[in-house]
Amino acid sequence: MRLRNEGEHDHEYVTDSSRGDLTFMQETTDIQIGELSPNSVLKVENITMQFGGVVAVNNLNMEVNRGEIVALIGPNGAGKTTAFNVITGVYEPTNGAIYYNKKLIVENKPRGKMKKYYSGQNAGLYYKSISKTPDKITALGMARTFQNIRLFKSMTVFENVLTAMHVRRTSNFFTAMLHLNFSEEKKMREETASLLELVGLSDVKDDLATSLPYGKQRKLEIARALATHPKLLLLDEPAAGMNPQETEELTQFIRYIREKFDLTVLLIEHHMNLVMDISDRIYVIDFGRLIAEGNPEDIQKNPKVIEAYLGGSDNG
Amino acid sequence: MENAKKKSLIKSLKYAIFFVLLFAALVIIDVKNPSYSMIITVLKKGTVYALIAVSMNILNGFTGLFSLGQAGFMLLGAYTYAVLTMTNEAREAVYYLSGYSVTFTLPWYVGLILAGAVAAFFAFLIGLPVLKLKSDYLAIATLGFAEILRAFSQWAKLEKITNGSIQLRDYPTFSKSSLLEGTVFENASLTPYVLIVSLCLLLIVLMINSTYGRAFKAIRDDEIAAEAMGINLAHHKRLSFITSSFFAGIGGALLAIYQSSITASQFKSSTTYEILLIVVIGGIGSITGSVLASYLYIACSEWWLRGLDSGSFLGLNLPNVFRSGFRMVVFSVIIMVIVLFFRKGIMGERELNLDRVGWFFTKILPSLFKKKNKAESGKEAVK
Repeated sequence: MRLRNEGEHDHEYVTDSSRGDLTFMQETTDIQIGELSPNSVLKVENITMQFGGVVAVNNLNMEVNRGEIVALIGPNGAGKTTAFNVITGVYEPTNGAIYYNKKLIVENKPRGKMKKYYSGQNAGLYYKSISKTPDKITALGMARTFQNIRLFKSMTVFENVLTAMHVRRTSNFFTAMLHLNFSEEKKMREETASLLELVGLSDVKDDLATSLPYGKQRKLEIARALATHPKLLLLDEPAAGMNPQETEELTQFIRYIREKFDLTVLLIEHHMNLVMDISDRIYVIDFGRLIAEGNPEDIQKNPKVIEAYLGGSDNG
Repeated sequence: MENAKKKSLIKSLKYAIFFVLLFAALVIIDVKNPSYSMIITVLKKGTVYALIAVSMNILNGFTGLFSLGQAGFMLLGAYTYAVLTMTNEAREAVYYLSGYSVTFTLPWYVGLILAGAVAAFFAFLIGLPVLKLKSDYLAIATLGFAEILRAFSQWAKLEKITNGSIQLRDYPTFSKSSLLEGTVFENASLTPYVLIVSLCLLLIVLMINSTYGRAFKAIRDDEIAAEAMGINLAHHKRLSFITSSFFAGIGGALLAIYQSSITASQFKSSTTYEILLIVVIGGIGSITGSVLASYLYIACSEWWLRGLDSGSFLGLNLPNVFRSGFRMVVFSVIIMVIVLFFRKGIMGERELNLDRVGWFFTKILPSLFKKKNKAESGKEAVK
């Protein structure tokens, strides 16, 4: 999958055109700009992501507080992964702002062609244009995993994790080339070994990453993300393709690393057992719009959510 | 833990001994043979090409950037060295048409380092627009820049520096050095090349095994994942491009020293393809593969397959078939066979492993002999 190719969304446009007039669904928002709760780690504010005429994420508002496990769910094609990509800097949002640790890291307004074609809301609210590349955002302390596993294929398990430590290096190119940073290198290697021990992959550390079974590859991706020392971990469908037993193990594992590393977790998931079991709060999006927010019990009862997942009466 | 340390110490000692022996062997060959003999010529050119091929491998093999600009950076290195190290007396003769504007003379080692630095600086400039491209587009753009550099060096307005399209010669070369006169190394001409290239290769190996080398490999394996792990793509691609060009520049300067005269017209895109061929034969992403392949390639093209061009080959005397140009036909067939059946080259992505070499010599070879002995003793028993 090539994330930066906007053309990929063209086919969605055809199916989405039956959705009707967007202005019809607009609601007034009562979100105050830059208003953050005291424990806020991540705040997504009025984010709209529009590709050509397709609004993939429409006026999304989310807030993740310190220590929470928050799930982002929704039917297929709802815009969950797009929202993730906006948060991690792969896409620049068309409009809106993102705060990380109470600091503004991303802000954008419709620019260029989008000025004319913008069909989202709150167009006049933002005036700055700040964006960060994914590596800068990772360096701030936000690490992610991918929906379709993206390990470094030619490297061993150990090297995969070791490579992710590169972001926290203090050496420059020349000191690293002449191996004058051996104490740092040694520390990196020790830390990698202990991290692999912790996630239970130390027995396969010299195997090629791609030779691992599926569940372990997922675990390795999480370990690699942890190697960047994140404060916020974003997991994109960590249980995809896992059987119930593996899913149960993963649930325990996520809880464990949250305690161990003092993490905040935001995850996208389709396995409802996992989501309802693990989440402190859940955001539900459909057609790029937030339709519900709350704790697992409320979400399960919410008629809008049921309609989105099972189809309402007017959808036939 | 103690045991592991001991093991790694023994391993590095083994490699050190291996390379010292290899170096000693090369020096002995150098001292024993006159500098015009075929083996010295092949080893010299092979050594220079090894550095250039490895420099290309940094980019194409380790960072996954398919660039075809190597000839351009070699040209920059070669010209920088030649122009800056020539003496004024030599310049009088070389720039006989246009006169010369560079009037100072630098020692050869400064020239060599500057050759790399100039190539690296141009790589930085070219990299600014070009490294935003991907795969084939990057290859086309770098190829274009290499051709521009070649055309630029032949530009009439730069005649006083580059001597237009006339060749440059009479700059310091190793064979003319009077430093070692009267010693065993009097006619040693290969050793300086081996020393300089070994030093460069050592730096490259150290770089590949550092945290930056791992970042390069991560970019090769998966750009999106690498970026998500905090690796700044633009910065690291630029670093890789500059490093590669730096060593290509030094390689170009060494080529100028080897040839003792250079013209811009020899740094065509076909030079780049030659080096690309070496990289592919050796294995994309293997340093030892590139080194082995460059010796093999140079030995074939300069020595072993010479007969294909001059009438008789392997005892066959067919002047109608084996005439000028037939060597290139055979080469083309070899390339096709490699691309079709041995896509990973000699080494693939692996490096030279002494354990495997040792295993070959201690287990495989004796077992072959043993079989023979058994068969012979069996025969005797029948008798």
